[in-house]
Amino acid sequence: MNDFSFDVAHLLAGGLVLVSFMMIYQDRLQALITVFALHAVVLSASVAWQAFVQDATHLFVTAGIALFFKGMIIPTALHRIMRRLGIHREVEQVVGAGITMLAGMGLVALSIVLMLDLTAASGDVYVREDLAFALSVILLGLLMMVTRRNAVSQVVGFMSLENGLILAATGAKGMPLVVEISVAFSVLIAFIVIGVFLFRIRERFDTVDVGALDSFRGDKA
Amino acid sequence: MALVVALAPLLVGLIRKVKARLNRRRGAPIIQPYRDLMRLMRKEVVLAENASWLFRSVPYMVFAATWVAAALVPTFAAGLQFSWTADLIAIVALLGSARFFLALAGMDIGTSFGGIGSSREMMIATMAESAMLLTVFSVALIAGSTQLSSVSMYMTSSAGLRVTAGMALIALVIVAVAENGRIPVDNPSTHLELTMVHEAMVLEYSGRHLAMIELAAALKLLLYVSLIACIFFPWGIATDGSISGYAVGVLTYLGKLTGGGIALAIFETSIAKMRVFRIPDFLGAALMLGLLGTLLLFVSRSL
Amino acid sequence: MVGIDVAALCVGALFSLGLLAILFANRRLARTYIYSATIVPNAALAMLGVAVLAGVVGPSSTVLPVGLPWIGTHLRLDHLSAFFLIVTGIGGGLTSLFAIGYDRHDSDGSDHGYEAMRVLPFYPAFLGSMVAVVLADDAFTFLVSWEVMSLLSWGLVLARHHAEETRRAAYVYLVMAGFGTMALLLAFGLLTSGDGGYAFDTIRAGAHSPIGAAAILALMTLGAGSKAGLVPLHVWLPLAHPAAPSHVSALMSGVMTKVAIYGFIRVVFDLVGPLDWWASPMIVLLGAGTAVIGILNAVLESDIKKVLAYSTIENVGVIFCALGLALAFRANGMAAHAALAFTAALFHVFNHMAFKTLLFMGAGAVLNATGLRELDGLGGLIHRMPTTSVLVLVGVTAISALPPLNGFASEWLVFQSVLKSPDLPQIALQIMIPAAGGLLALAAALAASAFVRLYGVGFLGRSRSDAALRAEEAHRVSLAAMASLAALCVLAGIFPGVVVDAIAPAVHDMVDSRLPVQTIQPWLTLVPIAEQRSTYNGLLVMLFIAVSGSAAVWTIHRFASHRLRRGPAWDCGFPNADPMAQYGAASFAQPIRRVLGSVLLRVHEEVEMPEPGNNAPARLTVRSRDLIWEDVYLRVADTVAIIATRMNSLQFLTIRRYLLLVTLFLVGLLMVLTLWN
Repeated sequence: MNDFSFDVAHLLAGGLVLVSFMMIYQDRLQALITVFALHAVVLSASVAWQAFVQDATHLFVTAGIALFFKGMIIPTALHRIMRRLGIHREVEQVVGAGITMLAGMGLVALSIVLMLDLTAASGDVYVREDLAFALSVILLGLLMMVTRRNAVSQVVGFMSLENGLILAATGAKGMPLVVEISVAFSVLIAFIVIGVFLFRIRERFDTVDVGALDSFRGDKA
Repeated sequence: MALVVALAPLLVGLIRKVKARLNRRRGAPIIQPYRDLMRLMRKEVVLAENASWLFRSVPYMVFAATWVAAALVPTFAAGLQFSWTADLIAIVALLGSARFFLALAGMDIGTSFGGIGSSREMMIATMAESAMLLTVFSVALIAGSTQLSSVSMYMTSSAGLRVTAGMALIALVIVAVAENGRIPVDNPSTHLELTMVHEAMVLEYSGRHLAMIELAAALKLLLYVSLIACIFFPWGIATDGSISGYAVGVLTYLGKLTGGGIALAIFETSIAKMRVFRIPDFLGAALMLGLLGTLLLFVSRSL
Repeated sequence: MVGIDVAALCVGALFSLGLLAILFANRRLARTYIYSATIVPNAALAMLGVAVLAGVVGPSSTVLPVGLPWIGTHLRLDHLSAFFLIVTGIGGGLTSLFAIGYDRHDSDGSDHGYEAMRVLPFYPAFLGSMVAVVLADDAFTFLVSWEVMSLLSWGLVLARHHAEETRRAAYVYLVMAGFGTMALLLAFGLLTSGDGGYAFDTIRAGAHSPIGAAAILALMTLGAGSKAGLVPLHVWLPLAHPAAPSHVSALMSGVMTKVAIYGFIRVVFDLVGPLDWWASPMIVLLGAGTAVIGILNAVLESDIKKVLAYSTIENVGVIFCALGLALAFRANGMAAHAALAFTAALFHVFNHMAFKTLLFMGAGAVLNATGLRELDGLGGLIHRMPTTSVLVLVGVTAISALPPLNGFASEWLVFQSVLKSPDLPQIALQIMIPAAGGLLALAAALAASAFVRLYGVGFLGRSRSDAALRAEEAHRVSLAAMASLAALCVLAGIFPGVVVDAIAPAVHDMVDSRLPVQTIQPWLTLVPIAEQRSTYNGLLVMLFIAVSGSAAVWTIHRFASHRLRRGPAWDCGFPNADPMAQYGAASFAQPIRRVLGSVLLRVHEEVEMPEPGNNAPARLTVRSRDLIWEDVYLRVADTVAIIATRMNSLQFLTIRRYLLLVTLFLVGLLMVLTLWN
């Protein structure tokens, strides 16, 4: 039973890393948002399994919040924003998908080596594995933000980064529900603010390409 | 050995029939490929004037290498005589030599179509073979050996939910689709230059030579389906050497072939062919899956 | 007379042949006599090496009274040297045999007498210096032989000195060789830092701190690696190897790089003592990276010899990767796994000598017959030069690591040692080694593409130029040399166990373990580790292929129609009689160039299409930048030039200023003395 439950946890956490890679691979915005919804679903499944194994009921609430907000509300909202902004384009990437994926591999390897070494003293396999994969997801989210020109895809990267944080918190087995809720709400507020900004940017400059914003800086001599 | 040669055209016929049915056509009978091969064997060979001895002997070389590779994969029983020569890396390399000589034959006559086929085939092969070897690494790291009999016996005995095995399976399916020239990588029933890879290489072949090459292509497809069945769905393979064990093995093997053929036909019907230069992205995904699977395996091992 | 005396005599014979060549170079048939005479010492050395490895002759050493008065010249013949003597002996002997039939009628027409004084004296001496490096047993002899080897090969590269690109190639080679020797000097300086004794025995007994050992490893990588062709020190190889005459290119690629690897192995595995595990990842990654970069460049080049030179870089990368693996296993005390990796490395050394020498000989035959090295001028040679084509086909199949030839056997062993990485305790190594294995797999696949391209464009298809249409078969003596190497490739592939057993004493000396005895396995299978059940049997694979091929042929002859008709090519109904309409070297590489070239080599393609109605031809321009050359070497060269220009102003000072410089320096020295006391 122990082996089987570890296998399931491994499957779900590894699946989360896999879905992060799938997000990097996408080159159309609609597909990206759908994969992000899948990311949230896999996260909530992973958190729910951890809740089951660790017998921690507050984690069920966390899983529910993740599923509800990040799996349903936010993707729907993003789809609506996209329709209203009229962006149906591809995701513009700074470097090709191949190099980004290779860099992602390197980051995953780095975080695995680092976390497994750091947590070597603890004997709990669930914690060690969760932390290693959580750091991978965080770094992959950062990578997504760094290698995308489109503001919407940067937002998605930021959301997936936060998913990694939730996974880490689950693994650490000790995040109180209050902190959990406040983190989730702050992300929601950040999201709303970013959404408002996107509309303003679009109204002003007719584009959401952050590269184009550079040309409006007034400091050229 | 004779079993795989006999079954290969049947598998091709089954896939064509299922695809036809899914397109609401009646389709040719399942044994049509046998008739096609017979017809080709009876025809006269028309050879280009500047074809060399290499062009004439490549069909036999390709067929021999593919047959040996296909015969080495355990189909219904593990631990048969000479089964210890069935090394995964050797099988990959045998298929590589078949492809090498076929690409050379494509260049032999000196037409632009042959060049198109050979150059695209070598590009696809570069990525597909690397992805295949990485998948072989993952499988060998799980099972502790590259010898196919021991791999399938390990997978039968210690089945468990393994992320790495799942990723290796998906990567192997992608590589199999690419290597056999099925949609979305290549269209096996086309003769348009824009969409040709394998057909362009064998454009100048006719008669008995073409029959050998078609049979070799069918054998390659059978090999990949058997390989996936042997590694990832090894239940039913006879390990004890009894007649009843063999019978069960043969029946389950036929069932796996049928299932694999139908799955491939459904997959091909539901997806469109990719542009040639999107194929490296597709195969790159298989490479990444292989790498990621290996990484995840190390994590779960060192915990 | 012990083994080492025979070896020393052979070295002396080779050097004296060089002197004889100076005296008699301009006589008729001088080259035939000199090259034939060179075969004898090489054959003797190869047989001596086999005898030592088989145990018939024991290891021996001697001290000759030449050289520095208080050191003498120490020479030693042990198992590792014996293996490399086989490599140099076979390579050198067969190359000399090939050279007898090469360049008989000088087809580039320019410099008929060049060979007499520019190649003949250097050639036997070059062989002699390589053997001296392998036999050297003290630091001074090693370094002097190494430098003599570099200088003699530089002289050989400069043989056709009228061409501008040859002069440039020789200049780059000289600079890199000097840099390599400096790194080796520093490495040996660190090695002998204990009590200043130069003999290898004294060095072996000394101990080094982990940092010191790592520094020695880094310096050896720079020094030996630059001679072998490791990235980023490889830039001279694709320039120098093609510029030399073909038999010399064969020697430089096939044998000299192996001697460089010998130097690396001797210092890193034997002299420096135990190394920590964190020193090995660098070697593994360098090796894997070298393999990929080398073969990617090979796919994009259109000069036959440059393709072969870049392929040498790839194979050297594979060897270094295997050596790095052996270091990692040995540092963790896993002697059996280290033996596997080290055996794979040595086997690949032998195989590469065999097939690379064969391929360069083939390129030489083509150059001799057509006067062309560009792939885009060749084609159709399989009809004009049938025997050469068959032998080159064997070489091309072997180098692409296809069973049942020898390239596959050594690649299989390398992959098996990569698969042993989970047994390593350090997780960084565990993760990095499969990544390196993936890179090696990519390199192997690219190698197959590169050689399909080389053989398909160069030998198959239709002739693209008149020279290729009128090519003639090579001389039968050259063909004999090529056939011997081809036979060696086939035999080493079918009986890899024999080669592995022969290498075993050398492996045992270096890593204290060896693979299980192979020749007693059933059916002569290759079984790397006894308890692991991965096996490979070259003989059986070949028998299976032969049986199934014969069965297919018999069935076809029995049941199929025998009729055959020749006609024009089908070409989908649009035959084009122009031979330039078929795929050329650049067009074959286009898919791979597009997929992989844009990243590593910044390849940029431009097509200028004239508008419809204009009959002018379209133009395709392909631009690629060698990032290593531009970002590393040119920067260093520019920095040196800037510093030199600044310091040039020191030439034009007044007398008072010079006096001021001298005074300041004197005062500075006095202050240092004061502070020190």
